[in-house]
Amino acid sequence: MKTFLILGAGTAGTMIARKMAGKLDSHDWKVILVDKDEKHYYQPGFLFIPFGWYKAEDVIKTKQEFIPGNIEFILSDIEMIEPAANKVKLTKDNREIAYDYLVIATGASIHPEETEGLQGAGWHKNIFDFYTYEGAAALHSFLDKWEGGRLVMNVVENPIKCPVAPLEFLFLADDYFTRKGIRNKVELVYATPLTGAFTKPKSARALGDILASKNILMETEFNTGEVDSGKNILRSFDEREIPYDLLISIPTNKGADVIGRSGLGDALNFVPTDKFTLQSKDWPNIWVMGDATNIPASKAGAVAHFELEFVVENILAHMAGKNLPGGFDGHASCYIESGFGKAVLIDFSYDVEPLPGKYPLPGIGPFSLLKQTTINHWGKLFFRYMYWYMMMKGIDVPLPSAFSLAGKEQ
Amino acid sequence: MATKTIAGKTVQVNDEGFMTNPAEWTKEIAIEMAREEGIESLTDAHWKVIDYARQSAASSGASPTLRTITTGSGVSTKDLFALFPKGPAKKVAKIAGLGKPEGCV
Repeated sequence: MKTFLILGAGTAGTMIARKMAGKLDSHDWKVILVDKDEKHYYQPGFLFIPFGWYKAEDVIKTKQEFIPGNIEFILSDIEMIEPAANKVKLTKDNREIAYDYLVIATGASIHPEETEGLQGAGWHKNIFDFYTYEGAAALHSFLDKWEGGRLVMNVVENPIKCPVAPLEFLFLADDYFTRKGIRNKVELVYATPLTGAFTKPKSARALGDILASKNILMETEFNTGEVDSGKNILRSFDEREIPYDLLISIPTNKGADVIGRSGLGDALNFVPTDKFTLQSKDWPNIWVMGDATNIPASKAGAVAHFELEFVVENILAHMAGKNLPGGFDGHASCYIESGFGKAVLIDFSYDVEPLPGKYPLPGIGPFSLLKQTTINHWGKLFFRYMYWYMMMKGIDVPLPSAFSLAGKEQ
Repeated sequence: MATKTIAGKTVQVNDEGFMTNPAEWTKEIAIEMAREEGIESLTDAHWKVIDYARQSAASSGASPTLRTITTGSGVSTKDLFALFPKGPAKKVAKIAGLGKPEGCV
């Protein structure tokens, strides 16, 4: 009996476990899935929690709901991955699992302790994150009573999960405070280490224009050095200061601690991974998926979903002793809520930056790229149903995995 | 692919002026590139970072990130910003003749 082991039962881990359990002959293979948390979070939904638009039940379910009976699910933390011995040690009962193939899908999480002063006196008082359910819920209680002042959104360093989330938060904050009738009492500021609203020229311009139209100020090339929560000041490494009344921080994102402990990661505990095959650069029987990799693609559920088909193909080819076909092109697709019932959609890859046009059907859409439309907004909301009831249930989503230039204007 | 003549040598660059072949790099090019980036003269402290970045890129195949530089070279983030103001990772890569560091998307 051979073992196919998956670490992490989030978006990527759940999808690959289901897919492989369906492909591998159960007489020869045992599929095991390990995660330390019994809750499955729909992380894109955290964005709506601070504004009271989503509640806990919209974004939290139990992992067990999405794991079919042909997969052994173990609830445990991971002590160590020992790739030279093809073995993983769990904390629960000191159990050891020998594997033939391993998929690392242990995700990424925020590390506020990396920034001096961030977790000081102001943490969860007037400094919040919204990348955890707890942070987003605490921020909701705060916003409910807040009467206005200067709100500063700060990305500490890149890469972060869902690179458009800080922009969406600001667009929605503009909407929220306008509806509350206090927009004139709130100053919105975006402090980012990037040189503009986004990384690539066309989308940076389009998204920068939306920020400006909503009177949201930008402080670019701002590399956060420390937070002085006594004085409510955010300070950069080059001594620039931004005073705040409310600081929304996106702290340093890192891969799982066990990746670092096991010597499998880079400086941020992300696993060096081949960007076309998703195979580990160091170990031929290890594959890496989703936020855990160091590939230059967005850390987002949609990316994990587009990776899936290629990961399966490459693993099956490896098992059959064939050359790896590669194929993953860095395809990412993100809905960006822009407030007042509209959203922008961007669709891009390793080689092609976000362009205007229609998606997924060329010329028809129904979604418009790099443009604010109501239909895009419905797409974003519908995505939550697609996530819980299709993607996580192993039903194929009718979107092509490979990036396509059709329908895009160059 | 564009080319650029710098410190008397013609080298290949991308559309943002990052050299695409690290083997074409010379110390003279670094001095000239640094001036273009607003750094008048390269001190020993600058060279320590540049040397580290070249070494790191040679072994990993990619320009080092800010964090890789600080962990690997022992230069603190604050000092790094003082040496290469604004975007140190990008500036170091440019001056060291390495490709543009891969961004977050």
